Amino acid sequence: MFDVLFQRGFDGRLYLEWLLSGLGWTLALAFIGWWIAFAIGVLVGVGRTSKSRVIAALSRLYVEIFRNIPVLVQMFLWYFVLPELLPTGLGTWVKQLPPPWGAFFPALLCLGTYTAARVAEQVRAGIEALPQGQEEAAAALGLSQLDTRRFVVVPQALRLIIPSLTSEVMGIYKNTSVALTIGLLELTAQARQISENTFQTFGAFASATIIYLLLALVAYRLMLWIDAKYHIPGTSPSKPARKPLFGLFGKRGAA
Amino acid sequence: MNGLDFSVVADALPYLWKGLQFSLTLTVVAFAAGLVLGVALALVQHLEVPVLSPLAKVYVAIMRSIPLIMVLFWFFFLVPLIIGAMMNSGRPVPIGGLWTAIITFSLFEAAYYSEIIRVGLRSVNKGQYEAAKALSLSTATTYRSIVLPQVFRITSPIILNQTIILFQDTSLVYVLSLTDLTGAASKIAQLNGTLVEMYLFIALVYLVICTSASQLVAVLRKRTRIATTR
Repeated sequence: MFDVLFQRGFDGRLYLEWLLSGLGWTLALAFIGWWIAFAIGVLVGVGRTSKSRVIAALSRLYVEIFRNIPVLVQMFLWYFVLPELLPTGLGTWVKQLPPPWGAFFPALLCLGTYTAARVAEQVRAGIEALPQGQEEAAAALGLSQLDTRRFVVVPQALRLIIPSLTSEVMGIYKNTSVALTIGLLELTAQARQISENTFQTFGAFASATIIYLLLALVAYRLMLWIDAKYHIPGTSPSKPARKPLFGLFGKRGAA
Repeated sequence: MNGLDFSVVADALPYLWKGLQFSLTLTVVAFAAGLVLGVALALVQHLEVPVLSPLAKVYVAIMRSIPLIMVLFWFFFLVPLIIGAMMNSGRPVPIGGLWTAIITFSLFEAAYYSEIIRVGLRSVNKGQYEAAKALSLSTATTYRSIVLPQVFRITSPIILNQTIILFQDTSLVYVLSLTDLTGAASKIAQLNGTLVEMYLFIALVYLVICTSASQLVAVLRKRTRIATTR
């Protein structure tokens, strides 16, 4: 079934190498995209709980826009629409980025900003779950608003929400496959390409699927480990509800 | 950004409307079929039915670990083979993108709905099961008349939020070249080179539909809260 992986494609490389190169793009998108999502997500999440009405409203607007448009349509907006709306020179430069970068960067920005909206909602939930006493104690110690957020509220909120962030991590790595619609040869696209070249669809798809399952398992174990390391003692145990091979991935974030 | 011409959108409205109807139909069908199957998957696990329970667990875990596009490709390839085998035709029976989409979305969403229901089943107070037992209700009656109504009430906001995500995910039938809202827009956009207008317009349509739907869910969440739970 998997012998297709050890045949050579028209470019002389093994199909296994095609698949691994696809895996590389998938991982790059998921990993870098996650840090973009995390950075924006924390900022917007904190913004949503801001006392300033303007900041709270802008943060809400961000979340609503990026959460309520399908990720595929957002992908098209970044790839097809944005270069047209930029000043002509810049737009042309973007359009002339050599492949695969011309598809990679839009996909990265798309997945990062899309996932950020979901992370922001988790961060907000985490902040709201903290007891009021934390902020009051910080105020009593003479910490400024900003320092209270930076040193007291946000670090604790982040530790609280690690279990629910797991589903966002799972979400972004699964959504990387949407990048194939703008021509990035990530894992799913490579599997389809191998299938079209060899007609060994079963072997090609099964290989990619097994890689996705392994990735899911790794991501899940990693998040468990991070949670065990940073869990706040005394808060409700965030043990997963069950622990067979793949376990429970928490509530779904995205496709 | 010169020369944006939104009159092309007006001309395309009937076609886009057809696409939107397709998206909505697919959402409703996958919601109904997925929920029924999802409840079955959840019950099988909750009742710890031998053999079926671990199978359901593995099914749900696999579905939730691979991208929807990969699942769409799998079904597009596998379903004709399976139907061919079932009908003893000796060769694959092509069923087309529409049926592939309906089957895939129903089976895929079932995994997500089942997780929601499963958590809902666990959150029903133990006393409810015991009280039903004390009244000597059968297992079937207990679940049908006592437990599941509470589960649906508790989980309805989450189920509806999941359905909004399902509606957004139907756009992925684009990879099967079907004409949903996104597919319709992209076909017209490529025909007359109006990518910017078309994609901006459908983004707005999705935004309006999904934002209004999630506002409704937020209202519902307040209304369906059971006073005594937790």
